[in-house]
Amino acid sequence: MNNVLISKTKDKVFQIWGLIATLIGIVLLALFIGDIFMDGIQRLNLDFLTSLPSRMADQSGIKTAMAGSIWILGLTAVISFPLGVSAGLYLEEYAKKNRFSSFLEMNISNLAGVPSIIYGLLGMHIFVRTLGFGTSVLAGAFTLALLILPIIIVATREAVKAVPSSIREASYGLGASKWQTIWYQVLPASFGGILTGVILALSRAVGETAPLIAIGALAYVPFVPSSPMDDFSVLPIQIFDWTSRPQHEFVINAAAAILVLLAITLLMNGIAVILRNRWQKKLTG
Amino acid sequence: MNQQINQAGKDQSVDNPQRKTQKKHQRPQDNGPNIIRTENSNVYYGNFQAIKDVTMHIKRNAITAFIGPSGCGKSTFLRTFNRMNDSIDNFKHTGDIYIEGTNIYKDKIQVEQLRKDVGIVFQKPNPFPKTVFDNVAYGLRIQGIKNKNILEERVKDSLQQVGLWEEVMDDLKRNALALSGGQQQRLCIARTLAVKPSIILMDEPTSALDPISTAKIEDLITKLKEDYTIIIVTHNMQQAGRISDYTAFLYMGELIEYDTAHKIFTNPEYTKTENYITGRFG
Repeated sequence: MNNVLISKTKDKVFQIWGLIATLIGIVLLALFIGDIFMDGIQRLNLDFLTSLPSRMADQSGIKTAMAGSIWILGLTAVISFPLGVSAGLYLEEYAKKNRFSSFLEMNISNLAGVPSIIYGLLGMHIFVRTLGFGTSVLAGAFTLALLILPIIIVATREAVKAVPSSIREASYGLGASKWQTIWYQVLPASFGGILTGVILALSRAVGETAPLIAIGALAYVPFVPSSPMDDFSVLPIQIFDWTSRPQHEFVINAAAAILVLLAITLLMNGIAVILRNRWQKKLTG
Repeated sequence: MNQQINQAGKDQSVDNPQRKTQKKHQRPQDNGPNIIRTENSNVYYGNFQAIKDVTMHIKRNAITAFIGPSGCGKSTFLRTFNRMNDSIDNFKHTGDIYIEGTNIYKDKIQVEQLRKDVGIVFQKPNPFPKTVFDNVAYGLRIQGIKNKNILEERVKDSLQQVGLWEEVMDDLKRNALALSGGQQQRLCIARTLAVKPSIILMDEPTSALDPISTAKIEDLITKLKEDYTIIIVTHNMQQAGRISDYTAFLYMGELIEYDTAHKIFTNPEYTKTENYITGRFG
């Protein structure tokens, strides 16, 4: 009887502890967002979104940083999508299971764990200097594309693996070649999953600061980039710059910019979740 | 073939005092045109031999059933006829399989073309996660047929052949996965028919279906025999008895007995066959 009582008490205690552990993360995040919201909301208006950066905190806006982020986002997507999806398809569908492919796989997993600043240094050396892109949007996009490539490859492989083998068999059974089976069945069936992975990867890229600082992206860019070879700034760098200023007004600006950045990443993650649900429904009927 | 024969077969065979010795090979009786000939066909998965030295001739425009306990190699053997095993690691085939005179493992053939001639229907209905129309049109589209009229005609023909046209004609754009299991399997058969094969392999096509859907598919198979050669793997002895013209009993990778379904189910030559069809093992 006593034993039962003790184990019941333990059970209760652990339940409460588990709940606290779960809540810590959520509560802290809510507090943080709430704090930023209080600071930033007063500054968040159309002027803020459409003004150029300035010495004066109250005239300063995020127009160029937003434009830079959008440029970076678009170019990164264009570069990383075909590379990542092709690599994922190759590894899943074509690569023979041998030492070379397991070597590749191990390295891709390792790449996913490399600190982003290292990618920045790599990009600095290869894209900015060796290839002579300078501190341009193009150099930034290539650097971030490298950074998210492992994520896209892994997501592609998972999505391709999730396509039931019965679909492949049905396709082969009707006389389709391997390429036709991949192109007409495997890719469409896995596309939702691939896209989800790509969006999540891009939403990570849009928040990256360190690698772009490493390649020398500027904090103060008084114009909107008009070509991939132009200098640029992005939202996280703008935020980073503002938070390092002594004047309180700039901290308010930073809070407002964080709200915009958060909105963008949450929106992208939301789209990814919706796509994934739709895709799962389609595959299972 | 009907249930009565099957029933009679059971009773008779129990009383049958014949206990023949085992012959290693069974030559099929030769009284009709063959479409498939296998000569000393062996299948290996690595060191495991799944099919042992099988020689059999399969009749054109007839239904041939493969029966035998799980793991006897009947599905493996069926899949050699359109080389669906090729992609399996360690798969190896020796011996000869002739389809319409072509040695499908040794002659230079396009395996894609072979699979257009020798269609396959699987155990679990596996429509593509696409529309009904796209499912049936797929085999044609990958051959490069783009003409809308031809596609529509062939889709309609194929769906009519399997008796699905009336059920889906209102909405050919609906997702095939929304159909019932029995409808899905008929759709899969229609998809195979659209490519106009001469042989259709069926790997336990009704084992995932309810009795009513099963009956529909069995009717369909019996009807299809007029235009196609059908080879069906089944676990269901009654089904083999009901629909097949010829029945082959496989056991541990060997072809034990192969004869008309009537003979197999009423007066099998071998003890093992008799024990299996009377339900003493398997």
